[in-house]
Amino acid sequence: MNATLKEKITAWEPAAVWNDAGDGMFAVPAERLHPLAELLKAEGFDFLRSLTGMDWGEEGLGVVYHLEATRTGENVVLRTQTADRENPVLPTVCDLWRAAEFNEREAYDYFGIRFLNHPDMRRLYLRDDWVGYPLRKDYDPSLNPLRMSNEVARDTADSFELTPDGSFIRHRRPIFEEDEYVINIGPQHPATHGVLRFRVSLEGEIIRKLDVHCGYIHRGIEKICEGLTYPQTLALTDRLDYLGASQNRHALCMCIERAMGVEVSERVQYIRTIMDELQRIDSHLLFFSCLCMDMGALTAFFYGFRDREKVLDILEQTTGGRLIQTYNTIGGVQADIHPEFVHKVKELIAYLRPTLREYHEVFTGNVIARQRLEGTGVLTREDAISFGATGGTGRASGWACDVRKRHPYAMYGKVDFDEVLFIEGDCMARYMVRMREIEQSLRIIEQLIDNIPEGPWQEKMKPVIRIPEGSYYAAVEGSRGEFGVFIESRGDKSPYRMKFRSTGLPLVSCMETIAQGAKIADLIAIGGTVDYVVPDIDR
Amino acid sequence: MSNYIKGLFHGLGSLLTGMKVTGREFFTPKVTEQYPENRATLKMYDRFCGTLTMPHDAEGRNRCIACGLCQMACPNGTIHLVTETVTDPETGKPKRRLVRYEYDLGSCMFCHLCVNACPHDAIRFSTEFEHAVYTREKLVKVLNKQ
Amino acid sequence: MFDFSIITEWIHGLLISFLPLGVATFIECVVIGGCLMLLYAMIAIVMIFMERKVCAAFQCRLGPVRVGPWGTLQVFGDVFKMLTKEIVTIRHADKFLYNLAPYIVILASLLSFACLPFNRGMEVLDFNVGVFFMMAASSIGVVGILLAGWSSNNKFSLIGAMRSGAQMISYELSISLSILTIVVLTDTMQFSEIVERQADGWFLFKGHLPALVAFVIYLIAGNAEVNRGPFDLPEAESELTAGYHTEYSGMHFGLFYVAEFVNLFIVSGVAATIFLGGWMPLHIPGWEGFNAVMDWIPGFVWFFGKAFFVVGLLMWIKWTFPRLRVDQILTLEWKYLVPIGLVNLLLMVIVVVFKLHF
Repeated sequence: MNATLKEKITAWEPAAVWNDAGDGMFAVPAERLHPLAELLKAEGFDFLRSLTGMDWGEEGLGVVYHLEATRTGENVVLRTQTADRENPVLPTVCDLWRAAEFNEREAYDYFGIRFLNHPDMRRLYLRDDWVGYPLRKDYDPSLNPLRMSNEVARDTADSFELTPDGSFIRHRRPIFEEDEYVINIGPQHPATHGVLRFRVSLEGEIIRKLDVHCGYIHRGIEKICEGLTYPQTLALTDRLDYLGASQNRHALCMCIERAMGVEVSERVQYIRTIMDELQRIDSHLLFFSCLCMDMGALTAFFYGFRDREKVLDILEQTTGGRLIQTYNTIGGVQADIHPEFVHKVKELIAYLRPTLREYHEVFTGNVIARQRLEGTGVLTREDAISFGATGGTGRASGWACDVRKRHPYAMYGKVDFDEVLFIEGDCMARYMVRMREIEQSLRIIEQLIDNIPEGPWQEKMKPVIRIPEGSYYAAVEGSRGEFGVFIESRGDKSPYRMKFRSTGLPLVSCMETIAQGAKIADLIAIGGTVDYVVPDIDR
Repeated sequence: MSNYIKGLFHGLGSLLTGMKVTGREFFTPKVTEQYPENRATLKMYDRFCGTLTMPHDAEGRNRCIACGLCQMACPNGTIHLVTETVTDPETGKPKRRLVRYEYDLGSCMFCHLCVNACPHDAIRFSTEFEHAVYTREKLVKVLNKQ
Repeated sequence: MFDFSIITEWIHGLLISFLPLGVATFIECVVIGGCLMLLYAMIAIVMIFMERKVCAAFQCRLGPVRVGPWGTLQVFGDVFKMLTKEIVTIRHADKFLYNLAPYIVILASLLSFACLPFNRGMEVLDFNVGVFFMMAASSIGVVGILLAGWSSNNKFSLIGAMRSGAQMISYELSISLSILTIVVLTDTMQFSEIVERQADGWFLFKGHLPALVAFVIYLIAGNAEVNRGPFDLPEAESELTAGYHTEYSGMHFGLFYVAEFVNLFIVSGVAATIFLGGWMPLHIPGWEGFNAVMDWIPGFVWFFGKAFFVVGLLMWIKWTFPRLRVDQILTLEWKYLVPIGLVNLLLMVIVVVFKLHF
């Protein structure tokens, strides 16, 4: 963070204390947080990258905010806390950044922090009859045996208001009225791409309200990570966004390496970049296929999968895995690239270009597809930023949110590629962004594949990996947006808190805004083009 | 009116383009893999992780020294070592020896940490992938020959 | 040209030689009904197999290959499985309507199936307003679908049924208009007559432009009428899971499934009859030798050949295009097909009045 901004914040809020450990952050007292957040928002910090609930033990519970100004690219990290463990209360920031809506629900779910004036304080992932808050350090797992009863669906949303005399009022708001025609789309539904559930209130075919239920595939990966050593945590990242396994792992490796001060060789950087781009092509081909399937064009679906198979073959030959590659390691990669890798990648590039034209002929140009995608499900640029909907979804709305351009890592600073931007923000734009990104990925790979330098593919690491005390955040451009890793370390061999900035959570959180007034068929198209992956949302 | 007609013909044209592509694919070679029939020719990539194995040499010896590093490295307790302490007849010192190397394929994540941790290359992944069994117990395999 | 009526008349003569007329007619009706159902089931099986193979080929797959040579016994296996499956009755459903719905659908399908002329003398229902009857019979099907959606007490089913109702009733209009165009050309509504008039050239060629437009409209509307892609909204898998038949299992579901496939055949069969000359062989004026060879091929081969050609065309369409949205389906009908159909009808009248056709 630059010095002028630091001075500015200190001037605005003398109570804010700068802490230098790790990436460095400002500690702000809870009651001063909201005014400072407002000032920062006015200053241009309109993108809430990540919101992390924390349990600092003796110090109390709190939240870490990662903010970015989309105009200048400046970053600032704030933390706030409350010492009251019995009844922790913090002010909400969801009136400033709508991305906080779901993230604060997550923090409530994990830590029991109630956010004042948040309109919908329900649990996000766990069952409503869950006892306690699992990510607190004093949580007792025996309180929650495996329940064999059905979860009773809650139909009211709570919100808390602070009265001048210091007591709280709990408001209960029904989510759906009695006479609304509510249907469940999901959790078992062909178009939700996994176990996600939308409750949709309909008027004829038109959607009036939409309520997202997450958590059907919640595994508590962040909690599990707190009990694992750093190399062990790597294995779980592949299982978040399984279509961005390579990038997710890259993010975590990068975060750990940066925290430890390890420089990986240029060869590794090349390999990682190529792998990330292959993974992106893989993901986008699957996106194309699944969108076609959702739209009823089953044949195009098979073409996409047929060609994705070729990408997977290349990945498998080098990494030994197809979906879950377990390739990146701390300080390098698991194995050197296969001798046939370069040759096969070149073949793939030569094959994919004409195939993409075929896709455009069979689906993109099709009048039915155009009619269904153009103009439906518009997400404005402001909403995209406010929700933090990064990746193809954000770029389709005209927000240049590519981490590869904003914070270049690996080889991205040195290769020549375009950030694909559209301004329409509709389904067609979201679709076209991804199709064009395949071409850009091919371009990146083409520039790198012939020039992979010699060098070690794995740095020598200590047998036990420890990270210096402090908090660290690293982000990569995943297949569907910014995938971030936040690590708070106490110097142990396992993280004190590890948070993954999900790429999918902001995407589903903006579903209600996008889908309002659309038809059921549009919801499917929107869900398909927004392109979320459920295990990544639920973690 | 002219837009109406233009739109109509443009739409029809795009539909015909699509049908041209599918019509062409109708006659291209099919990509279906006839799995159980093509077993003889089916070859996995040599790095493919099918299952964990412990290679044995011609005399049936393995290279495991029962150090337990793989068991410690495993994130979800897939590996369980049963060891015994015997006296080395040459040096007379007590020495740990492997009795059973239990590996639960059902919970393995193929994360490579055990293979990376092994100081003697005693374990490695094989490309065998036909793991279907009827009970979970059968997925717990003993890797060392006894 | 082989005339099937020789056989039917011979059977009729044989029966009345020792039975009173009424009894003989009754027996004939029963036998014909049985044959019809058998043919119906066979066509369903052939169609399902064809669908699976054709769609596989479009999708770079092989399709069923395991059961029987080239998977030919696959569909028999499927039918047997379907027959042995439990018919699940669901709570809070309107039991009577719920059980009735599949039979209405199959009845409508069977009735219109009976109108198809397979060969000369091989027409089951053939009278002077046969076209009207066929259209009336086929539109009963929508009642069954609406009932299925309503009585299942499932929101997805209901939405599917409502979509289906809107869609089928709308597209009925286009079908009627395009058939009417040909009726104007032939001045008859009897299927056998329509075929006979095409002895010197199929209507698709005889009526030139208006007939061609009517053919295209008929194909689109017919495809929509049988709820097949890209008009498969009522059962849009990715939106409504299975639409109106979500709650049906076993043979009840099987009846919907079979009716859908045979309806596709009926639509194709009608297209073959009124546009492509039905069982009439292909004749090219002036090529006497060629025409004689064509005459050797029996009529029902011609009929099934043409019908399956149209089926193949519709399958090609289904397996290429994405699905339309409900408002787009109605836009297509009311803003494009109906006006074009009306203009086309007018055009045909002009063609007929001024004797511009061949």
